[in-house]
Amino acid sequence: MENFKVLLVDDEKEFVAALVERLSIRGIYAEGASTGEDAISKISETEFNVVLLDLKMPGMSGLDVLENIKSINPSVKIILITGYGSIQLGEEGLEKGAYHYFTKPINIDDLIDKIKEAVNG
Amino acid sequence: MKILFKIYRNFVPKYLEDKTLPQESVFRYNRVWTYVVLLTSAVALTPLIFMTFININQYQKTFENEMMNPILALTSNAKRSLEFNFEERKAALTYVISDKSFKELSDGTKLANCFYNLKQSFGGFIDLGLIDSNGNQISYIGPYELQGKNYIDQNWFNEVRVRDFCISDVFMGFRGFPHFVMAVRHKNDIGAFYILRATIDVEFINWQIANLHLGPSCDAFLINRQGILQTSSHFFGDILEKYILNVPRYSSHEEVIEIKDDKGHPLILGYSYIEQSPFIFMAVESPEDLMKNWLSLRSSLLVFLFVSVIVIILVIFWSSTYMVNKIKEADIKRARVVHDLEYTNKMASIGRLAAGVAHEINNPMAIINQKAGLLKDIISAQNDNPYKDKFLGLADSILQSVDRCGTITHRFLGFAKRMDFKTAPIDLELLIKEVLGFLGKEANYRDIAVNLHVADSLPEIESDRGQLQQVFLNIINNAFAATSDGGNIDITIKEKHEFARVTITDSGHGIPEEHLENIFEPFYTTKKEGTGLGLSITYNIVQKLGGDIKVKSKVGKGTGFTVSLPIKNEAFK
Repeated sequence: MENFKVLLVDDEKEFVAALVERLSIRGIYAEGASTGEDAISKISETEFNVVLLDLKMPGMSGLDVLENIKSINPSVKIILITGYGSIQLGEEGLEKGAYHYFTKPINIDDLIDKIKEAVNG
Repeated sequence: MKILFKIYRNFVPKYLEDKTLPQESVFRYNRVWTYVVLLTSAVALTPLIFMTFININQYQKTFENEMMNPILALTSNAKRSLEFNFEERKAALTYVISDKSFKELSDGTKLANCFYNLKQSFGGFIDLGLIDSNGNQISYIGPYELQGKNYIDQNWFNEVRVRDFCISDVFMGFRGFPHFVMAVRHKNDIGAFYILRATIDVEFINWQIANLHLGPSCDAFLINRQGILQTSSHFFGDILEKYILNVPRYSSHEEVIEIKDDKGHPLILGYSYIEQSPFIFMAVESPEDLMKNWLSLRSSLLVFLFVSVIVIILVIFWSSTYMVNKIKEADIKRARVVHDLEYTNKMASIGRLAAGVAHEINNPMAIINQKAGLLKDIISAQNDNPYKDKFLGLADSILQSVDRCGTITHRFLGFAKRMDFKTAPIDLELLIKEVLGFLGKEANYRDIAVNLHVADSLPEIESDRGQLQQVFLNIINNAFAATSDGGNIDITIKEKHEFARVTITDSGHGIPEEHLENIFEPFYTTKKEGTGLGLSITYNIVQKLGGDIKVKSKVGKGTGFTVSLPIKNEAFK
């Protein structure tokens, strides 16, 4: 098991469940959150190393969540997940301190490489 | 010839040559052109023509006055002179007959004395005779033997019997040369009368006419009231011949009129009835010489008018044509802008719709992707599962399909996302392959061979990806539409003079020459269901990208479009 923790935030619960399980199979501790509020709550309770954050969610937007998380834990690395049509949002997220962004659909191996790169600096 | 044709084209409105314009547009342009020509012509030409004819009329009157006034003056002078001379001789005869008694005048010596005095004082007297009331010549002095001759049957005798004085017509008489008679009557105390008669030589009148100093084109003569020439005339014959034209109507004063001779030539006639005589003084002048200056001036005025009218009409035609051509160009430009705007709006709407749809599809695709991945992860861990390989194969198949869906949605978004021009380095070969990807299925179904030839070391170009996709999709779509099943489409990409040239050649039915120059016009189409916008939009995009598009075609052989695009695009800098 890797010694870092990943929080996956996406309103698509099925997506979250499958990806969390796949990361676990690969020895990465991951938790899921389906709303921004849920994610902020979990960040406050647990020290995550990496947050995978969907930018388009109902309620609190991905960029707002990003700013909140950064204010709570500035050292956490945030990798954004966007639809192809929201690349502009992804670039905006990078300006606000995100580490990287992926467009859906995501290749699991590319994702893990990027998580490890983020954790290891 | 070419220059003439070029000039001619400036006067012919372009809408007449443009077979692609709708009938109502041609009608509208035609109406504008016609109104402008007619109104401008009316405003410009009416005053010119009006003023020219007023001028001509004024000049004509002036010339006529100048022409008639000398004749009027001549006639007036002649009338005064003749009347004075007749009056003078009448007074002299009256004096003689009043001063001398019948007896004294019957005395040949005394009559001869009187005749001598008259001849000395006044010219023209040929002879002198005393005639009693029975018409018998009592005494006679003159060159002929006329003593005792009776004049009772003579007109002049009968006339003077009634009136105190008479001048006869010119006649040859016993003397055999032209002369006329002046006779005065005297009544004595008992009421009997006798007549003093003098014969006057016509030369006396000729001499007076000669003294008028006529010009070579003028003729002056006397006629009597029956129209018999009383003196010779240059134009109308010798003395005592018939004057062939009508005798002018009586007027107490001199008149000038325009008449025509027997051949229809115009003449200016001045005439005057000489009082107390049967004579009419006539002065005739041919106006042709006098009119020469006037006719020359009138010709100049008419030539000036004609040339001015032609020049004005040409200028009006040219300016009207120029104006209508400009209106047509402005209309086309406006239509193009409207079309571009509509197209931009349409594409922006499609882009937003496509982005929304793609996003919505991407989310479930992401779930399928992860679920299939998870399935694969789980199966991979089950070494004892007899269907492991089959399940892994199925999972891979699902993942590949998800990838394909991803590619399609990405391409769709990339194609339709926005209309703003944004430069990026573009690999033209890759871009065209992407476009061909849209048409790959159709090519397979219709057995159309698409051959792509790319020059070695072709550099990337700076341009807008989305716009270029649109350009090549339009052209390649048209090539597919024109090509029969089993045909070929060749695409070559090469570099030439800082430009990348993409030539797309089909083996289709070709485009007739008359359509070639119009195919980039908006709404020009030869397809039954075409909008006529595709190539117009393509053309505009290529222009905006700083490039150029050309077409060559042969009916039955095929069509080739060449798109030239700058490798380094200054249009974006």
